[in-house]
Amino acid sequence: MDVTYINPFINATLNVLQMMASITATHGKPFLKKENKLIGDVTGVIGITGDATGTLSLSFDEAAILSIVSAMFGETVDTVDRDTADAVGEITNMISGQARKELEDAGKSLNAAIPSVVTGRHHTLIQIAEGPKIAIPFEISENRGTFTIEICLKMKQ
Amino acid sequence: MDTSLKILVVDDFSTMRRIVKNILKQLGFTNITEADDGTTAWEELQKNKFDLIISDWNMPKMTGLDLLKKVREDDQLKDIPFLMVTAEAQKQNVVEAVKAGVTNYIVKPFTAEGVTEKLEKIFS
Repeated sequence: MDVTYINPFINATLNVLQMMASITATHGKPFLKKENKLIGDVTGVIGITGDATGTLSLSFDEAAILSIVSAMFGETVDTVDRDTADAVGEITNMISGQARKELEDAGKSLNAAIPSVVTGRHHTLIQIAEGPKIAIPFEISENRGTFTIEICLKMKQ
Repeated sequence: MDTSLKILVVDDFSTMRRIVKNILKQLGFTNITEADDGTTAWEELQKNKFDLIISDWNMPKMTGLDLLKKVREDDQLKDIPFLMVTAEAQKQNVVEAVKAGVTNYIVKPFTAEGVTEKLEKIFS
């Protein structure tokens, strides 16, 4: 995968959390995933087409998503429910949109579908999209949870 | 700004409707109606009079762009200010919305200040 596709998704993730929830996160080193499994408590997935085809997914642990949603809504949210799942869909949508804007400025055109969300403690998703899978781990400040974004894109020939 | 204005907030994600509503309430607006898609928004527009539409772009049944086009083609509704709030920030999207007659455009993620600024521009 062209590595220039990765940074826009990292930037968009940090920016969306900062702007919509005033949350600061730090990210670890991106790595190439060998397995197709995605593990988390709440996961948002969005399909991508255009100059590359694949998916963007965000898998949050419960502590992370409850911290984010509480900050977004301005009230304490202590259980993962329909509203939390809805918020993950919207966060996925915003990160995808902002990353695609940065990529457009770099001459790469991508479109996105409407996101889907899966909930269930320690659920496992099997990705069937083709192409290398790059995972980037994130940690929310003050130990408020962790999440991982995964970019799986196959470049158009 | 006249805070008695009747506002229709359209988004398929309840999260975004909630965030937009919270911002509008902070600004003093209380007359807010929600719709979860372009089709339900269109039904609301047939039943009630609105002074402003704030709509998302990507929605499953009727997109915000299609809703905007329908509103602009309708003699009764064509002059209602239409603020598009969307994650679609690519140039092509902005051009398409402007061609369809959008009043203003705000890209997600946004801050309360960003929404306030757009509303002030619309009603100045």
